[in-house]
Amino acid sequence: MPMNTGEKSTLVERLDALYEYEREPVTKDKLHGWKTFIAMFSGEHIAGTEFVLGPLMVMHGVSAGDFFGGLLVGNFLAVLSWALLCAPVGVKTRLTIYWQLRRICGPYLMIAYSAFYAIILCLLAGAMVNVAVTSVSIPFNIPNPAAGDLLPTVPWMLLAVVVGAVIAILAVLGFEKIAHFSKICAPWMVLIFFAGAIAVLADLGCTSVGDFWRVANEKIFTGVPMGTATKYTFWHVMGFAWLCNATQHIGMADITIFRYAKKWTQGFASAFGMYLGHYGAWVCSGILCAAYLAAGNTNPKPGNIALFGAGFAGAVCVVIAGWTTANPTLYRAGLAIQVTTPNWKRWKVTFAAGVFMIVTACIPAVNDNLDRIVAYYGLFFMPLGAFIFIDIWIFPKIGLINDYAEKAKLSISWPATFAWIGALLFSVFMYGKDNYLWLSRLLEGRQPPWLANIKLDLMLLIAPEWIVAVTLYLLFCIIQQKIGKSKVQYREAGQ
Amino acid sequence: MKNILKIISLLGLALTIVPSMLVFKGVIDLKLHYNLMIVGMVLWFGSAPLWMKSKSLEEKEQ
Repeated sequence: MPMNTGEKSTLVERLDALYEYEREPVTKDKLHGWKTFIAMFSGEHIAGTEFVLGPLMVMHGVSAGDFFGGLLVGNFLAVLSWALLCAPVGVKTRLTIYWQLRRICGPYLMIAYSAFYAIILCLLAGAMVNVAVTSVSIPFNIPNPAAGDLLPTVPWMLLAVVVGAVIAILAVLGFEKIAHFSKICAPWMVLIFFAGAIAVLADLGCTSVGDFWRVANEKIFTGVPMGTATKYTFWHVMGFAWLCNATQHIGMADITIFRYAKKWTQGFASAFGMYLGHYGAWVCSGILCAAYLAAGNTNPKPGNIALFGAGFAGAVCVVIAGWTTANPTLYRAGLAIQVTTPNWKRWKVTFAAGVFMIVTACIPAVNDNLDRIVAYYGLFFMPLGAFIFIDIWIFPKIGLINDYAEKAKLSISWPATFAWIGALLFSVFMYGKDNYLWLSRLLEGRQPPWLANIKLDLMLLIAPEWIVAVTLYLLFCIIQQKIGKSKVQYREAGQ
Repeated sequence: MKNILKIISLLGLALTIVPSMLVFKGVIDLKLHYNLMIVGMVLWFGSAPLWMKSKSLEEKEQ
């Protein structure tokens, strides 16, 4: 589909008109070393939401063995995904995800990706603001919204506006300011999590280091779900630890960050974020939650459990942890929106994203369903990362042309479009057949036994969806380039 | 000057983590632990930004 109609080419020309670092490879003088990436990952993944996810695991009745083992394996897979899939692409191309997608999928799919991604990033940044405000509200005696509340109180929303505005201003200052802010906060935040958990262990009956495993099994990760929560196993924990940042690593969104890396091996810096944040901090917040509930309290909100374990410093940590995550998230949202609004200045775009972030921070349902949102968005964007990976590394080796949409001057790549939709439909079907009522009824008595016996949770779909996405994309590209007429168009384009 | 600032920062981090170990051992109570952590926080944020400069600034100095 050559782009030669007036309206379409105007949009694409407008997109190409801007000349900024976001739109072309980063130059050597702008590259960062290990320290920046370690600080960035440590700050970003030791976040306010770690105070939510540890307690979530406690509520879902995961056992101590499943929790520690699942996190060990799941985080290892996440680190490998960053180091072996994402960082090498970022260092090779030095382009943002948006411009890499433009080359492979065409400008219109890139615009669609950017629009969806901006919405999700604003939702996530809003969740961080929400977590931060649960702490800021404590000294003002402003009640935090309870589960199921439609909206918080007006004073709570005013606090969200103030916190969100500060985050938006920091995000406008750009990548270097954000990295520096994370760098200063990271060492202190790690210690706050550990200090809070160590201090309350005695309340749970743990009096020596050798006693920890017994207390972890009997009092913290008991293996018994609370209330109506479903039971989580090793596979749920492992899958969630891998999936919760799938868009960033296997989905390649972090090539936008790794284009600043000197070497691809800096992808291993993600281990600091994973094992300090998604391992240590989740364990610590789980301990804090168990101790908070054991003391007779209810409603373990991030601000409350941090205050319980670490006092005023803990409450400050929740606020800062929210900031250090929301900052890069909002920065990325600004980049995503800028692609779709090329005539806007970046500060204006980031402030617009900030307004959306503040609005979502005031919707308690976002945080109430955060685990599902994270899982869905991971699976939604991941196929595009799979396309980038094989387009760059596999296509040249098997005689297929990479960056085909750009070279053939296509507005949209149909192989990418249909492979993306196909991979998503696969995941929706595999999860939905046992979990969506309408689909379960539709398929009642019609599934072959082998299919009926496969029951996959959202957390377990990351690898199957990646394989489906790659297979479909490869198949469609072979049809497009070897069999179809597009190759002719490509040659006619003078390449 | 930079070394003095670093020592103050380390003292801040020590005052953040050590009190919790003392609570675990039953040497101090939670209230003192909370207060010492506040002191640690003030020392860290009062000193760390002064020596943890961003890379671009370091480059300018070289």
